[in-house]
Amino acid sequence: MTARRSMAWALVFAVAAGTLVDAQVSFERILRADQEPQNWLTYSGNLSGWRYSPLTQITPANVRNLELQWVFQTRAPAEANEKFEATPLVVDGVMYTVLPPNHLVALDAATGRMFWIYSAVISPLARVCCGRVNRGVAILGDTLFMATIDGHLIAIDAKNGRPIWDKALVDPALGYSFTLSPLVVKDKVIVGPSGGEYGIRGFVAAFDAATGTEVWRFNTIPGPGEPGHDTWTDAEKTAWKTGGGPAWVTGSYDPQLNLTYWGTGNPGPDWNGDPRPGDNLYTDSVIALDADTGRLKWHYQFTPHDEFDYDATQVPVLVDMPWQGQPRKLMLWANRNGFWYVLDRTSGQFLQGKPFTKVTWATGFDEHGRPRRALAPTQEGTLVYPNNQGATNWYSPSYSPRTGLFYIPSWMDTFSRYFKVPVEYTPGSQFVGRFPTMAFPALRPPAGAINQRLPEDGYGAIQAFDPKTGERKWEFKMIDVTDSGVLSTASDLVFAGGREGYFFALDARTGAPLWRASVGGQVSAGPMSYAVDGRQYVAIAAGSVLFVYAVRQ
Amino acid sequence: MRRRISVVLVALAGAIGTCLPATDRGKVIAQDHGYTPADIENGARLYQSTCSGCHGPAGDEIPGVELARGQFRRGTSDTDLIAIVKTGIPGTAMPPHAFSDQEAAQVVGYLRNMTVVRTGIGTTVLRGVGDPARGRTLFEGKGQCTTCHRVYGRGPRLAPDLTEVGLTRPLPELRDALLDPSATMRPGNRPFSVVTADGRTVSGRLLNQDSFSIQMLDSSERLVSVQKRNVREQGFISTSPMPSYRDTLTVEEVDDLVGYLVSLKGFNP
Repeated sequence: MTARRSMAWALVFAVAAGTLVDAQVSFERILRADQEPQNWLTYSGNLSGWRYSPLTQITPANVRNLELQWVFQTRAPAEANEKFEATPLVVDGVMYTVLPPNHLVALDAATGRMFWIYSAVISPLARVCCGRVNRGVAILGDTLFMATIDGHLIAIDAKNGRPIWDKALVDPALGYSFTLSPLVVKDKVIVGPSGGEYGIRGFVAAFDAATGTEVWRFNTIPGPGEPGHDTWTDAEKTAWKTGGGPAWVTGSYDPQLNLTYWGTGNPGPDWNGDPRPGDNLYTDSVIALDADTGRLKWHYQFTPHDEFDYDATQVPVLVDMPWQGQPRKLMLWANRNGFWYVLDRTSGQFLQGKPFTKVTWATGFDEHGRPRRALAPTQEGTLVYPNNQGATNWYSPSYSPRTGLFYIPSWMDTFSRYFKVPVEYTPGSQFVGRFPTMAFPALRPPAGAINQRLPEDGYGAIQAFDPKTGERKWEFKMIDVTDSGVLSTASDLVFAGGREGYFFALDARTGAPLWRASVGGQVSAGPMSYAVDGRQYVAIAAGSVLFVYAVRQ
Repeated sequence: MRRRISVVLVALAGAIGTCLPATDRGKVIAQDHGYTPADIENGARLYQSTCSGCHGPAGDEIPGVELARGQFRRGTSDTDLIAIVKTGIPGTAMPPHAFSDQEAAQVVGYLRNMTVVRTGIGTTVLRGVGDPARGRTLFEGKGQCTTCHRVYGRGPRLAPDLTEVGLTRPLPELRDALLDPSATMRPGNRPFSVVTADGRTVSGRLLNQDSFSIQMLDSSERLVSVQKRNVREQGFISTSPMPSYRDTLTVEEVDDLVGYLVSLKGFNP
């Protein structure tokens, strides 16, 4: 008995401290994520926002032999307003992903079998404009961070799914929620809220990863005395209080500049700018914040005084490359407003803005990069390209350092008619105006993949642009539009999907379709790639299911 | 109403003796929803006859469901819970029950007071709880509890995490666990061990298994998944790796340790 017991002791509690330390996800590992391509340690794969996998086992030559390895279904048939938008993380053979709205699971990445599930208890007061969704978790050490649709940020033990701390950060009854995957920078967890349709006042804020204590907060809608407040020029001086400016898509980070970059959402109310005259900083902007203090280094506003709900909620893509003969730290940004931009990410200087689809709301840019606005909503309705869902949206773009190309999930040649109607603010209710007309359902088709739209309503595409020349290299056309992110790989493949319910692989240099799988549901998530025991996998969420593929053995 | 609360206070105080500190007695009353002791007692009978088959006598035999914890995933108000008891939860194993409204309310009354009631049931010897601060010193020092147990996010993960043990375990069980760990070890807390076909032993905590694979937290605290075709032997270890404190701690020290354990009510109490 005694001998047996001591054996049990030895077996069970022989904790190898050295192994533990190595296994933890330090921030150093996240910074150098490209050096461990078998893992996917942050939302976009690396902190530069590339969604690029250095893995090369799946190639243009063998991609046709991809076959389904396993699937993982959400716990129940998703509610009508739930979509599976999460990008999984993979750490040393363990996958972490979030089922809508906030069920975090740990899975064996090779087989899909579950280690544990943590289900956040969601307040019935939670309200979200566009779906009870979550785009994934962040990790630091042995701790995962999930932000919930009822405004909590929760730290969860990656080993057993137990909560470590749980902070209620915002009031869900006022329309604040979290849908993004948090960003870990150094010892902090950075988040911003959703809720641009509820008259919130947006922010980007950093929390101590160990305790959940707030370290800094940048108000995306500056209050009295804060720089930018003078861009809210209503006589009553109250519009800023319900000014919107959410930050619901994960930012990026440049370690040399120590800047974290975030895109901000629309001003409130969405489709009538009269109650909020002025440029409405820092809505529809990219903001560059000191990662230690949250202090604003620079900003660039893509759509001043937006009345088309264009947001600027995209992943900032950070690239170092020559620009007009000089090496330069650049930022690539395909905006929902239909232009794709090249900015200097040290200073925020506007270098280039080019339409990547039909655009009529602006005719171009002045020498400072301010768009020349051409149209505005009217009582009788104004026809505007692109449509309200935009020329792209939160769907991650991709950058491949091998091809040097920038890949954009695109809604091509879509239009909306925008009407101006009076809008009143009521706390907790939508603060928007009249919803514009659209040929496409805003979020997803009501049932399946039936498509009876007309060719003149627009179409979906994956486009590849050369940032050096501004030239479009190729376009892969789809009949229907896409809410899918794009993944590029070091073997010159591009993976993406769309509303038609296909997940596919393209040649990254030519756009030629090389492989596809009918996944039977809309792709509303970004693909990612990882490896376990030397075997490369590609994962994508579609409908209510996570699909994982590898080359047939 | 005030009179009824007093009655409950007296009755519960009688039932639980001196085993709860004054603050916890206050909590019991604060959580009272107007049930008489008779309601709660009848609720306990109904629970044992109808609910415990699936949920277990302590309300913790369905993974992820801890009825005694007093927090419920699908409802917060008594009205919510009464409705769930009566109509079940569609799409889950929780069936409807033909309780009257009063009976369903009595079951809810029992669930609300489960830990407290269980503390006083079936126990012949109740000791007072000792000082939580001294207990904590013992927990982290002489008792060497932190060698294996985790509290508030610190410590190893192989033994049960004790962060909310004061919410989920009745006091006598905590005491018994310190004195005779193997006799009181919950089935799900038994260590699990696998010997692979190539002779490797993987030990730790069983998290999940199916007909073809096993998921564990191994002794290095790695999440590992093993295919059963590669497994030669597998099974629970039935003796607890935890030592008995019967001979190594004094009665007062055990009291203090219990006092600390009952104070552990979760990271966000």
